[in-house]
Order: sequence, then structure tokens, then C-alpha cells
Amino acid sequence: MTVTNETRADPAPPTPAREPVRRIDIGTRLLRLVDAIWRPAALLALIFVAWWVITAQGWVADYLVPTPVQVWERTTQDWSSLMYHSYVTLYETVVGFLLASVLGLATAVAIAYSRTLERTLYPIVLFAQVIPKIAIAPLIVVWFGNDLAPKIILAVLIAFFPVVVSGVAGLRSTDPELLELSATMGASRWQTFRKIRFPNALPHLMAGEKVAVTLAVVGAVVGEFVGASEGLGYQLMIANGNLDAPLLFAALILMSLIGILLFVIVEVLEALLIPWHASRRSATPLTTS
Amino acid sequence: MTSVLTGTAVDVKNLSVRFRSKRSSTTALDDVTMRVEAGEFISIVGPSGCGKSTLLKVVAGLVKPSDGQVSLFGDEVKGAQRNIGFAFQRAALLEWRGVRKNILLQAEIRGIDKAKAARRADELIELTGLAGFEKALPHELSGGMQQRVALCRALLHEPPVLLMDEPFGALDALTREQLNAELNKIWRETGTTILLVTHSIAEAVFLGTRVEVMSPRPGRLMRTLPVDLPRERDYAQVMTDPRFGSLTREIRQLLGAHESH
Repeated sequence: MTVTNETRADPAPPTPAREPVRRIDIGTRLLRLVDAIWRPAALLALIFVAWWVITAQGWVADYLVPTPVQVWERTTQDWSSLMYHSYVTLYETVVGFLLASVLGLATAVAIAYSRTLERTLYPIVLFAQVIPKIAIAPLIVVWFGNDLAPKIILAVLIAFFPVVVSGVAGLRSTDPELLELSATMGASRWQTFRKIRFPNALPHLMAGEKVAVTLAVVGAVVGEFVGASEGLGYQLMIANGNLDAPLLFAALILMSLIGILLFVIVEVLEALLIPWHASRRSATPLTTS
Repeated sequence: MTSVLTGTAVDVKNLSVRFRSKRSSTTALDDVTMRVEAGEFISIVGPSGCGKSTLLKVVAGLVKPSDGQVSLFGDEVKGAQRNIGFAFQRAALLEWRGVRKNILLQAEIRGIDKAKAARRADELIELTGLAGFEKALPHELSGGMQQRVALCRALLHEPPVLLMDEPFGALDALTREQLNAELNKIWRETGTTILLVTHSIAEAVFLGTRVEVMSPRPGRLMRTLPVDLPRERDYAQVMTDPRFGSLTREIRQLLGAHESH
């Protein structure tokens, strides 16, 4: 084919969609961040002030709800031990979440690709999901001891299901025409998976991962409740036993912070992996069309 | 162009396709026989649901014939064909890839030499007026541009046969005319044999060297109408050509006669 060079030499090619909306200057980005944060921050501040007023006025006994100052003092007092317990819980949660992601994705692939495996696996996955994890936690501790293992296993058990469900939904949502297209290209199953089905499944999958990561924290803490000698769940039980409300609140807040931190990490990962997806685009109202 | 083969490109013999569901069986195509010589441009028109798309899919090896057989350049079609290009009604682009990378998907999967594929992609981008949009994502493009990308992708590996299933159906009239003109140019320059399924009678006549008119379900070939116009076609000229007028009228009558009862 011969192509003339005249259009290529043209210094001003058509520009409408030339500069995609991805490049945004720092000022706008900052504004957007402020816009995203101020509402929840204001609400949080309101709750905090209410907490302060109620407890400082003595409307609620401080062995039931401590004042923010008491919680803060307790936190700084026990800083190093609280950090150690946080680290343990964080470790269990992250390992559990990663294992759940790998196993969940593998299961989702098996289910999406094989009818036989679907019929074999799905009922078991569902069964495992409907058993209350809290009810089997003692059994798991009996089986696997007081170590990290039972906490990680509980985190895996609880975080596994959303990964499987979202993975299957994502892998099944491939446009049939894309699959026909890849057939006419002579694509192998692996090529179709890697270049079409998997990237296409990512938006669904990431939604599941976000649910999974917050559930993984619950799994780890439940494991610590039942039998542990370290971790925030253990710390919370001790504080509860001693009627040490400030320590209990400190542990509670740290648990929540771990959950939020991990959720944000998964969100950032999502933004990096699927910047092209509609769910990401709608968050940037700069697009004018 | 290296990929251009001579002789009979597509040979459809007594082809029937029946789809069976649990209770019923529908006949999509009934005893269709059609020969397409290399370099021809065949437009296939017919009412909705007459099996036009099924015909293309059988040629591509995506749907199995119930009876009869189909050959591409003398080889019987068994399973998905690799030596074709396929363009769908929806552009079917990968949302996460830019224009150029969407086009290059074809090369990646086929294992075409990278430098060669890149050159070819640039040529096609230039030819279809996509220059300057190489990195744009599909959602940033208009419908017409998305179809151009799909067309480039279908042509990247220089297929001897291009199958097009109503690729311009969702576009506005002006964009459609523009793309028709571009397709005419691509066809002339590449020598590719093209089978185009369309709802538009004007499009069928403007592009085709031959128009095949199909009957409603079960789809049969009702009439073959050769289009006696030069290969190079200009919209304004063709529209005012008396041969264009009489052909479109004839096709409209053929389709209308079937729709009226």
C-alpha cells in the first residue's frame, strides 16, 4: 500500500481528542483532593466533638466511654506495645488477603472456564461462605494452634468469597464479539485470557478485592479473639477484661485505621490498573463532551 | 500486495444452518450457494433476521454449517479461520488500549514481526485519518473513529478476505458516507476480497461489485445483481448515476415485495 506523506507532514493534526483527560495540573489535583476529603472530614470532626462534649460533661461514665484525652494518653503510654500488636494484626490481614486473592482468582478462573469445575466448586465455595466464620473460629484455633496460622486462615476464609464472585462475574462479562475476534486471530486460550478476558475482568475483580480487604481485617481480629497472645484483637479482649475503656478504644481505632489504610492501598492499585474504566472516569468531572 | 490471491476466494455450496434450542429448531440459512472471486466486493442485503450475519460467521468458521460446505481459496472451512479479517457491528475494541495498541492486538496474537506490524499500523492509521489519535482510548473517540480503528485492526495482517457485519450501522449518515468512501479506497488499494452485510441499500450498491439480496427467514439468496459501475467511486457521482437509481429501486422492490405480506 502506498501512503502519501503530505498529511504526516501537516504540523497541525486534528486535535479534539488528542490530549486525553489524564494530564491534570497540580492545582486542580489538590482542589479535587480537598473536595473529596472535606465532607467526611467535617463529619468525623463533628462526631469527635460530640464524643468530647458528651464524655467531658460526664453524661456517660468514663469506664463506659472514655474521653478523647484519656484515649490519647493511653495510646501514647502504650505506644510501642500497641504498635507491635497493630503490626501483628496487619501482617495476618495482609497475608490472609493476598492468599485469598490468589486462591480466589484461581477458583474464579476454574469456574469461569469449566462447567464441570463450576458444578464441583461453586456449591462448596457457597457452603464455605454460609458457615458463620465466628462459629468455626474456635475449631480452627484448636486445629492450628495459637500461632498466626489460624488468624490467617480465618482471614482467607472470609475474604475469599467476594474475590471468587467478582472474578467469575468479570471473566464472564467478556464481549462475545471479542471472543469471536480472538478466534479469527487464532488466539490460544492463554492469549485470550491474558490480553482480553483478564483485563476485561479487572474492574469487577477490583470491586471484589476492595470488599475482601476490609473483610480480611475482620477475619484476623476474630481469630485473635478466640485464641491469641498478640494482635489488636487480643489487646482488645485484655482491655475488655480489665474494664480498661481507653485501651479498648485505642485498639478499636487502630483496627479501623488498618482497614482504611488497606482499603486506600487497594483503591490506589485500582486507579493504576484500570484508569480506562468508566468507574474511574466518572470520578473526574473535567471531561466535557 | 502480497496477500492477494487469485481464483475463487469464497465458495459457498448448498449451505444450510439450523439453530436448535430445547424445543424448536430455526432455519437461519437455507440452501445458499454463492461464489466470490478474489478481488470482488459483495454486498449482502436482506431484512433483519434473514441470516446475513450467520452467513459471514460460517465463512469465518465461527458457526458450523448444518448442511453443505464453505471453502476459502479451495480449502474447506473447518473451525475459526485465520486468513480473514472480521469487522463487527460494534467496534469491539479493548477499552484499556489506545488506538494504536488496539490495532496491534492483531499482530501480537498472530506473532507478526513487530517492526513490520508497526509500519503497517502507521500506514493504516494514516489511510483512515486516525493520525494524531494513536494514544486515545476508545471512550475518547466518536463512533465513526472507533469503527475506523476496528477496520484498521481487521486489515493489519493483510487478510485476503475481509468480512464486515454491518460495521457502519450505528453511525450517522454523513460519517457513514465518509467511511464508505474510505472503504472503497481501501478495497481498491489492497485488492482484498470483501463481503459486507448491510441494511442500507445505498451503501450496498455504492460499495459492491455485486449485491446479493436475501429473503426473510429462512435466509435464501433471492437475487444477484451485478453493479455495473467503475471500481473507483465518488459519492456525488454515483448517487446521480441512473444505474444507481435503477439498482436501488430494484432492490427496494425485491425487499418490499417480501415485507408486504
